[in-house]
Amino acid sequence: MIHDVLIGPFTEFEFMRRALAAVVALSLAGAPIGVFLMLRRMSLVGDAMAHAILPGAAVGFLLSGLNLFAMTAGGLIAGFAVAILAGVVARSTGLKEDASLATFYLASLALGVTIVSLKGTNIDLLHVLFGNILAMDDQTLLMVAFNATITLVVLAVIYRPLVIESVDPLFLRTVSRAGGPAHLAFLALVVINLVNGFQALGTLLAVGLMILPAGIARFWSRDLTAMICIAVIAAAVSGYAGLALSFQTRVPSGPAIILVATVFYVVSVLFGRVGGVVRQMFPGRHLEA
Amino acid sequence: MAALHFHNVTLGYDRHPAVHHLNGEVVPGALVAVIGPNGAGKSTLLRGIVGILKPLDGSIHLGGLDSRDIAYLPQSAEIDRSFPISVFDFVGTGLWRGTGLFGGIGKAAREKILRAIAAVGLNGFENRPIGTLSGGQMQRVLFARVLLQDARLIVLDEPFNAIDSKTTVDLLALVKHWHGEGRTVLAALHDMEMVRTHFSETLVLARGPVAWGPTAEVLTPENLMVAMRMCEAFDDSATACAEDGRSQAA
Repeated sequence: MIHDVLIGPFTEFEFMRRALAAVVALSLAGAPIGVFLMLRRMSLVGDAMAHAILPGAAVGFLLSGLNLFAMTAGGLIAGFAVAILAGVVARSTGLKEDASLATFYLASLALGVTIVSLKGTNIDLLHVLFGNILAMDDQTLLMVAFNATITLVVLAVIYRPLVIESVDPLFLRTVSRAGGPAHLAFLALVVINLVNGFQALGTLLAVGLMILPAGIARFWSRDLTAMICIAVIAAAVSGYAGLALSFQTRVPSGPAIILVATVFYVVSVLFGRVGGVVRQMFPGRHLEA
Repeated sequence: MAALHFHNVTLGYDRHPAVHHLNGEVVPGALVAVIGPNGAGKSTLLRGIVGILKPLDGSIHLGGLDSRDIAYLPQSAEIDRSFPISVFDFVGTGLWRGTGLFGGIGKAAREKILRAIAAVGLNGFENRPIGTLSGGQMQRVLFARVLLQDARLIVLDEPFNAIDSKTTVDLLALVKHWHGEGRTVLAALHDMEMVRTHFSETLVLARGPVAWGPTAEVLTPENLMVAMRMCEAFDDSATACAEDGRSQAA
């Protein structure tokens, strides 16, 4: 019985194995990015960027049909343009990054929708909106894995300035010029992972495998390294369980994955070791010192 | 060779001067207090020295010092205390000049970090997240980081604000220790008694320089009155400044 639910689908069907590989790759790269998004109070920025990618992908679709590379390239270009422009505007003027980002993503969203309406084939775009992790072909899978690898390498390079810039940006500015480039590189990684996510989960849920695991991790540790590890594991387990759930119940895979992650999140909010609700209501007797 | 040379420096925001036509120099190894009422431009001046604010006019020469030879302690409100980082790691960032992006923290470096934490009286706090520290403990942590930066010029922005007397005494001893090692120290301060007793040189700032020199000569009731009367508000309709600053050369 347990074998049928948890292992059977993956040994039996290749598309389930591909989906599992994709979701593990997404977790490895996306969850650490999500932790930094959360710690830098940029969770909603990630969401906004996900919307900015949609019109880019739509333009790619308009130009060359349901071609994966065209749509991905379009999404990357739109995402990078919005991220970099917003970062530059925030840095060179007094405007806060979230405000300038909101402006740019609204503009690119309006532009994208206008372009799509010229051709008007909404049905294929459902694929872009909600993704389809069960339809991963070799090309897509390789691209997801490639993007995940790039993400981990770049993250390792910018890790130290990124951490210091998150805690004490002023200090980093006085000792190094790495802060600006690290920040822009981080935004680029956000875009890459959102594009990665939309292959599997669609534009609307792409940010889910980044932000939800980060939120879960926050309730279990106060240490950055541990938080990143917990987030990766939470994302991978959600992906695996979501796929199994989706296979059994015929719920679409993207929403199933995000729903499982949501369940983990709710459990963490309630029972988490760090600031969980139950812990706060019944903290135990106070300590000696 | 001066450690710092101000040449008709005007610093400010949106063309409005917060520090107006400052001339003068700080000799290497000096221990200088910068005093003045709120809004006098103390923090602005320090930001200019550190290089995070470009002068609107004039120039600041660092006398051969690289910007990395400066340790700067801003008012601590600008630090995200909720970020999950331990005291040890946070203090360790003071070694940036040696480690840069990728340099490892070896055994010697770990020893150094532990010694700095001990020097500010925080033994046993190494693994505590910075979010769990009190205001005074956090200030000790920041001093430990300055200690590790091993800088020739140390710039402290109101380092003893909202700090209890025990902590102030400890940290002030550290400041005097740096002075004894021949480092140049500039500190923005409010406590006149402390300035009088511990700082040999004082700059009274009120937008423009009111007085600058040996503390005993500069810290007079007259000078302080002049500084107090300074108008804080920017004048939105102000015209471009005509003074070239050279008439009041130091």
